[in-house]
Amino acid sequence: MTDRKRFEEAEGKYYDALDDGDVQDLEFTTVSGEPVDPLYGPEDTADLDYLDDLGFPGQYPYTRGVYPTMYRGRLWTMRQFAGFGTARDTNERYHYLLEHGQTGISVAFDMPTIMGYDSDHGRSEGEVGRCGVAIDSLRDMDILFEGIDLSRITTSMTINAPASILLAFYLCAGEKKGTPFDRMGGTIQNDILKEYIAQKSWIFPPEPSMRIITDILAFCSDHVPRWNTISISGYHIREAGSTAAQELAFTLADGFAYVEAGIAAGLDVDVFAPRLSFFFNAHLDFFEEIAKYRAARRIWAKRMKEKYGARDERSLLLRFHTQTAGCTLTAQQPENNIVRTAFQAMSAVLGGTQSLHTNSMDETLALPSEKAVMIALRTQQMIACETGVINSADPLAGSYFMEARTREMEEKAEVYFRRIEELGGVVKAIEQGFFQKEIGRAAYEYQKAVEAGKKIIVGLNAFGIEGEQIDIPLLKIDPQVETHQRESVRKVREARDNDKAARELERLRAAAAGNDNLMPVILDCARCYCTEGEIIGELKKIFGEYREPLFL
Amino acid sequence: MARMIRVLVAKPGLDGHDRGAKVVANALKDAGMEIIYTGLHQTPEMIAESAVQEDVDIIGLSILSGAHMTMFPRVMELLKEKGADHIVVFGGGIIPAEDVEKLESMGVARIFGPGTNTGDIAAFIRNRFSDPE
Amino acid sequence: MSSRYDIDGLLARFREGRVAAAARLITILENGGEDAEKVFDAIFSGTRNAYRVGFTGPPGAGKSSLVSRLAVKFRKEGGKLGIIAIDPTSPFSGGALLGDRIRMQPLWDDPEVFVRSLASRGSLGGISKCTDEVCDLMDAFGKNMIMIETVGVGQSELEIAEKAHTVVVILVPESGDGIQAMKAGLMEIGDIFVMNKSDHRDAEMAAMEIEDSIKLKNVPEGGWRPVVVLTSAKEETGIDDLAGLIRRHRKFLEENDLMSLKRRKILFSRVRDALMDRMERRLRNNGKVGRVLSERMEDVYAGRLSPYRLVRELDGMVIIGNDDGPMHGE
Repeated sequence: MTDRKRFEEAEGKYYDALDDGDVQDLEFTTVSGEPVDPLYGPEDTADLDYLDDLGFPGQYPYTRGVYPTMYRGRLWTMRQFAGFGTARDTNERYHYLLEHGQTGISVAFDMPTIMGYDSDHGRSEGEVGRCGVAIDSLRDMDILFEGIDLSRITTSMTINAPASILLAFYLCAGEKKGTPFDRMGGTIQNDILKEYIAQKSWIFPPEPSMRIITDILAFCSDHVPRWNTISISGYHIREAGSTAAQELAFTLADGFAYVEAGIAAGLDVDVFAPRLSFFFNAHLDFFEEIAKYRAARRIWAKRMKEKYGARDERSLLLRFHTQTAGCTLTAQQPENNIVRTAFQAMSAVLGGTQSLHTNSMDETLALPSEKAVMIALRTQQMIACETGVINSADPLAGSYFMEARTREMEEKAEVYFRRIEELGGVVKAIEQGFFQKEIGRAAYEYQKAVEAGKKIIVGLNAFGIEGEQIDIPLLKIDPQVETHQRESVRKVREARDNDKAARELERLRAAAAGNDNLMPVILDCARCYCTEGEIIGELKKIFGEYREPLFL
Repeated sequence: MARMIRVLVAKPGLDGHDRGAKVVANALKDAGMEIIYTGLHQTPEMIAESAVQEDVDIIGLSILSGAHMTMFPRVMELLKEKGADHIVVFGGGIIPAEDVEKLESMGVARIFGPGTNTGDIAAFIRNRFSDPE
Repeated sequence: MSSRYDIDGLLARFREGRVAAAARLITILENGGEDAEKVFDAIFSGTRNAYRVGFTGPPGAGKSSLVSRLAVKFRKEGGKLGIIAIDPTSPFSGGALLGDRIRMQPLWDDPEVFVRSLASRGSLGGISKCTDEVCDLMDAFGKNMIMIETVGVGQSELEIAEKAHTVVVILVPESGDGIQAMKAGLMEIGDIFVMNKSDHRDAEMAAMEIEDSIKLKNVPEGGWRPVVVLTSAKEETGIDDLAGLIRRHRKFLEENDLMSLKRRKILFSRVRDALMDRMERRLRNNGKVGRVLSERMEDVYAGRLSPYRLVRELDGMVIIGNDDGPMHGE
């Protein structure tokens, strides 16, 4: 008998056994609802071309990783998202995390800062310091980074609509410490498109927002070359309820939109593209997530090369940060979240992430306590030091299952890209509510599946504990924070040269109404202690405010 | 015959995470209620005014930003000022057990935590407004 | 049958200008029945034929945005506004998601603007059954202009034409082939046609198609020839023009005594509809007719008796005011 015949005979036997065997009454789908076969085999990789489809790590199309050495050369950055209360409170938490082995800083801002309001604005009442740190001016930024050498650590700031301002505050804080702009490294999230789609912390309408972004791209290319100017995000899209394929497709579509905006603004793609980075979610379905990351690298590399004509290798690299999925955590039996986070973190590492945040178990109830965040950090350290997964790059490559799923992800994304093009591009699709409706529908269907028991959540619709009492220490925000911060910002306004501040704000308004790059003017405003709210206030006068669209 | 129940679902404050609010709004609609969805970035004043004009039976507030101890009491205070404190207030979000207790003792009818089954919310509202006859 | 509501108390506070009372009375009107009639009877004499503008058009045309922007303009002129936003009731669940208020945010703290969301509750004409009464209630409450935003329409949801003085039809370039389909219905009722999203490249072309259809219309001597205007809620263009056209149409109605004519039509159709309703209810509740019907249907099923014969037989039995069963409210 030939090998082929032996194979087919064995295969036939296998499938017969499957048909005759038991099948549990479950849905064998990914968490996104994609059906998964009981087995993948050689036919799934028969067409796979190693060099064209996978490539070596650090080589086009980068499916196996963006760097040749991957984790043997350098581990991913352990970067825990943190921020609460005043800059002083958060500075303490940063020192704690750094002492315990974190290797990068990630700033969480409070809602007023995110939405461009000073702590003493009417809209800020009840919100100051509650879900992040309150930053009103350069003074707060100085305190936030006290005792931290900005030339030796990179900082990621999760800030979008007012990103230009917080970047300015950071750069000025570094400047005051004697670190020049070109020695500072970090990231601003600055991904306004996904705000309209998912996170919804917008201020201005899309057009002026894109202008601010291209100003930042241009400025950083010239003056802050180590800075990642956009962290093109899928995390929030996923948290809003999308499927994995939607997260992948919508994120990359946003990325392409930024590339197109940069090119349209006259920038050379190879100048700004190397500093675009990404931010993905690490959700529950282990293999689906790994396939997603690999597909993302391949799609980005191909399009940047073939469609946008990027020639510099660094423009083709999809570098990304990952956060484990907050929306999968349960309030019930919160310790289980430690385990969920570990699985999710593992998938991010096997997917080749450059940077990782692991959630704390208590985050369905409050911001992370010290104890909980330490466990989260240790999770990353255990993966790095104990499990051996860092020894070899892209260890799942060549797996029938993994390569089939990676290709499927890519194909699904391509379908979405075509749809978005038909609608006229990302901005037009946003206007028509395309993303919002897709995500809303996926979210609702997921909820229905959970409520029907089709998707099991341990502790919630299965294996729950009757009359459970949740007894873990929770972080509490001192209500005095708000009073203190209001006083603080008032003092800053009193102490500064108010004539100068007023003049700089005037210059800013003129720049916004014209075509000059806004960053230098914003930096000048920052240096004379204009507050974030004041700067945003001026920009609102020229750019207007975005109105929430009506997509239910 | 059961009368129509009108519910106002709102996101007070600056928090933009509306996945939960929209899922609940849709679920309650599927449960046969009329939902006035007022969207994001609502101030307590806007919420109270909308609730009065729409003559709703109950208001649902979704808060994930930690601002709940300010928002809930303020909405209830405003309803009282407007002579509309017959309107029931409930909600959900990221609210620790200690605060749930405080809010419920202040008059918030129920706080539903993460992982709540939307059917339970619908049942809660139905039971609250079932006709005595 | 006693009411669950203290209607007299509500009416007293309504007359004092209390929004909560007006809102509660609207709910009563919505729920129909004896209470609704009692409320309506009480407020009717307070109505002043407030100017009603209806806004209709396909879903996604941007009705809410335009209504909200127009409202801001009309407020500046001192108008006291009522806004009624109607969304469809789900035929499956009976529930509804009423989201138009999101668009009304700029007006939220204006005490002279009253915004009410209504679900269509099974009504197929594009508005809800009580829209008319709610308009009158807002009228009696002191509003001199009422803007009614209908459910997004197709071909048959045209009831707004009967209930509003001015009908504004809002279209978008994407309505494309939809315009063809809609010509029959919407072309009949529109006084003003708006091509919204005029920043869209096909907008001018689409507007011209509407203009062509209007040219073919048979407008009587001295009548109002519908007009087309381009707007973009996004760019804030054309809104002033639209407001101006609405004013112009209103002036036209006033000068030609059509405001009161419309009012008469509205009142007549109200009486007619209420009468039909009542008759239908009487018939449904007529025990004798019901009994005979069940008995005799067997003959129809067996082919021995023609349906129309049966109906003629029953007709003779229905003597208004002489039924067997008690009158039930719906």
